[in-house]
Amino acid sequence: MSKNLKLFLGVAVLFLLTGLFISWNQALFILNFALVSAIMALGVNIQWGYAGLFNTGIMGFAALGGLSVALVATPPVREAWSAGGAGILGGLAIGVAVLAAAVALWKRMPKGRTRGLAMIALLTVGFILFRAVFDPAVEAVEAINPSVSGNLGGLGLPVLVAWPVGGLLAAAAAWAIGKTALGLRSDYLAIATLGIAEIIIAVMKNEDWLARGVKMMNLQQRPWPVPFEVELQANETFLNFAASLGFDPVTGSSILVKLVYMVMILAVLALVIWLSERALNSPWGRMMRAIRDNEDAARAMGKDVTARHLQIFILGSAVVGVAGAILTSMDGILNPGTYQPLRFTFLIWVMVIVGGSGNNWGAVLGAMLIGWLWLIVESLGPVAMSAITSGMSEGPLKAHLVDSAQHMRLLTLGVILLLVLRFSPKGLIPEK
Amino acid sequence: MADPFLIGDKMTGGYGGADILHGCTIAVERGEIAVIVGPNGAGKSTAMKAVFGMLKLREGRVRLDGEDITTLSPQARVAKGMGFVPQTHNIFGSMTVEENLEMGAFIRTDDFQDTITQVYDLFPILKQKRHQPAGELSGGQRQQVAVGRALMTQPKVLMLDEPTAGVSPIVMDELFDRIIEIARTGISILMVEQNARQALEIADKGYVLVQGANRFTDTGKALMADPEVRRSFLGG
Amino acid sequence: MDILNAFVAFLNFVFVPGLAYGAQLALGALGVTLIYGILRFSNFAHGDTMAFGTMVTILFTWWFQSIGLTAGVIPTAMLALPIGIAVTSALVLTTDRMVYRFYRRQKATPTILVIVSMGVMFVMNGIVRLIIGVDDQNFADGGKFLVSAGDFKAATGLKEGLAIKGSQAVTVITAFIVVAALFWFLQKTRTGKSMRAFSDNEDLALLSGINPDRVVQVTWIIAAALATIAGVLYGLDKSFRPFTYFQLLLPIFAAAIVGGLGSPLGAIAGGFVIAFSEVMVTYAWKKVVTYLVPESLAPDGLLQLMATDYKFAVSFAILILVLIFMPTGLFKGKSY
Repeated sequence: MSKNLKLFLGVAVLFLLTGLFISWNQALFILNFALVSAIMALGVNIQWGYAGLFNTGIMGFAALGGLSVALVATPPVREAWSAGGAGILGGLAIGVAVLAAAVALWKRMPKGRTRGLAMIALLTVGFILFRAVFDPAVEAVEAINPSVSGNLGGLGLPVLVAWPVGGLLAAAAAWAIGKTALGLRSDYLAIATLGIAEIIIAVMKNEDWLARGVKMMNLQQRPWPVPFEVELQANETFLNFAASLGFDPVTGSSILVKLVYMVMILAVLALVIWLSERALNSPWGRMMRAIRDNEDAARAMGKDVTARHLQIFILGSAVVGVAGAILTSMDGILNPGTYQPLRFTFLIWVMVIVGGSGNNWGAVLGAMLIGWLWLIVESLGPVAMSAITSGMSEGPLKAHLVDSAQHMRLLTLGVILLLVLRFSPKGLIPEK
Repeated sequence: MADPFLIGDKMTGGYGGADILHGCTIAVERGEIAVIVGPNGAGKSTAMKAVFGMLKLREGRVRLDGEDITTLSPQARVAKGMGFVPQTHNIFGSMTVEENLEMGAFIRTDDFQDTITQVYDLFPILKQKRHQPAGELSGGQRQQVAVGRALMTQPKVLMLDEPTAGVSPIVMDELFDRIIEIARTGISILMVEQNARQALEIADKGYVLVQGANRFTDTGKALMADPEVRRSFLGG
Repeated sequence: MDILNAFVAFLNFVFVPGLAYGAQLALGALGVTLIYGILRFSNFAHGDTMAFGTMVTILFTWWFQSIGLTAGVIPTAMLALPIGIAVTSALVLTTDRMVYRFYRRQKATPTILVIVSMGVMFVMNGIVRLIIGVDDQNFADGGKFLVSAGDFKAATGLKEGLAIKGSQAVTVITAFIVVAALFWFLQKTRTGKSMRAFSDNEDLALLSGINPDRVVQVTWIIAAALATIAGVLYGLDKSFRPFTYFQLLLPIFAAAIVGGLGSPLGAIAGGFVIAFSEVMVTYAWKKVVTYLVPESLAPDGLLQLMATDYKFAVSFAILILVLIFMPTGLFKGKSY
């Protein structure tokens, strides 16, 4: 433990140095980012470390978490609901019903040409029906006040409700994909999840009625009890308090808001760690690791491996969904364009592998370290590159180098991942 | 006493864990047939693989024509004139019969068309099916492809790991006839067999292994006649 | 009713673009399937290998253009292509030496190799962005059209025009030559046969004296060549943007799996299946149908099954269907 403690202290020092030499605001920003990433890393660690499932669709599950914030916390657009709410819901219901009918038909009918033809007929009729109900409703909704809404809006509930809902939404998606892709070769799951993530983002970008697509959605609320900076800046007690610590009101309020967020994220993180540690050391967790280490033997002992995998895939994805919801509520905006696989999927993977797959504390440490590196390189990279190129004459080459400094982090991260895999495949804190 | 042509002398070793072979000796003379028999788990295949260099020996030597080849890799042994037919996965199923033979001759730099003709003479059915994927052939024909592939390097000794596993008795007899024919051309045969009785019938020399050690060693005929061998290993 | 015009519209908007796109996907999928067959893992870095090769080719294309070295109607990029292939081969061989070889010796599981290839993907992605940036790059020159819509209309007197872009013609011809050369190599040459043998039965190939290091090296070189050619053709036809090439991973993998992983013939079939499905599902059929039905029945809507933005969903859906109903693909690959 003492070595692990040192590692965590080392990371803490990194954040302290960031605060002292750059700014506390920046340090807290990076810290919150790293903590949310740590929750995602825990979700991935549950899947990979406990069960050996290779999920490359983390971005999609995080985005569903973000979507849930928009759907839960924004006020409903009444006009839109009356214009097309019923049509959209009806259309979606038809779609689900047709798919369910197709699955039932496939299972019930005997093999043969009749089944194939019936299937095609059902899907064709179902699709036409779906579009006939769905399309006009979408058009009606998107026509309503497109510059500010054009969507159905949300339920108008508190943001905090969106956090578990984000988990549920991600769990539902994980169930659908796990049902089809689990039980096949391990790289198929990777390819399937990579695909589903792209599709989730495509839906969020293009279905404006849902959450305004690329027009983005501003969230007017913050999760209780986080205050708004402007409220703080108008608050006498706070102003005196900030002044006594030597902060100006703007910086001070920003720091306080981040601190409140930090406490909330830490609470979620602690809960997830506690639950997954409990699970890991329960008979269920031991069975999971037994399955991971020797699937055939576990299957021979009568364990339903595919069902267990589905279970753990859903759990891990739900954790990622919650983290995605936290991230979006912290950003205060839902912008589908910001979901990039490198940032949301592969970065998290690097965190898990560097930290130590199979070990929850490792995943957290990896997230803190890599999260810090990712953002610090983003802000320091151009500065460093400017310093390096300061001797060069102004010109396109220098401009190009300064511009491209931010891409250095991809390279750096790739090299770190390869080095860790090669020389320390168990990560910083190996599995016990 | 002159060494036999190929000998695995007092071999001891295993696949990394506990030893499977315990001072086991296997040898074959030029142009003769030697057969390894014994109960399941006696280390028959392991002994053969040891001779071919597929596992590391802790003790003992392997000599071919007087030359110590203990440290050579299987590939190097192929180059020295040893041919090996594994028990399973012994053909390239997606490639044609002729391509299988060509791959068998991969290390040869001279013209190997003659050898292909010889293999077709030995197994005429293969000539008929030479443009068919080997994986589509029957079990017996596939074994012929496997043996033919190993013959392509013109080995001085041919090692067969249970060549008749899973084929019908008629096909088995046919295969044994061919093996005798190969031996007559001066190629030494070392094989592991499950069908002990039939195999010993054609064997010049027989080795009965039990738990990785030699139990009985004699000519095939003598072993067949030995009442103890009959009772314990040949089912009476 | 105007069947001829409908047919020309179909050719112009569905068949020709689908054919070119299919050829590009097929070349990409061939690379993936070869790596899978020989090295036995799904190479996630393939999209970025394509991007890298294309980038090198673009840089040399620009240089050639600046010194006035062009090839008339053929795009200058085709002159720079051999250099792109050479540099990309050098890169992947170095990568193999420094990264993959270690895991091969260790006999690491395919999942580990996939994760390793993810690391390689990061590095290649970083290199490409560092050198050429993230923006769209257009490097197409040469003949713009082989057949232009106007000429076609004038020549045939039809209402619909058929346009064949120069890049589409170059794509199809190049792909045809490359595929023919690859199959000749695999079927007829000693090295090609040894690669097939290695892919079929690794142990027996080793026993037969086939040198695994050489097989692996040749495989990487071919994969690099295929990736570069596929990338350059795609870039000529559409445009070059690093992120798009990363996203091409999905249709390329779908093509390889639909065809049967490890089967070169399957990769080609899969490429066209995916490409035509994608184009047909996202094409607005209004124009074609209007020609076919009486005026009174002319459709009001676009008759588009899915918005173009969902083209990934098409490859994904086909992928899932194949995984469920035909896990070994159309041409019985190695996967199960």
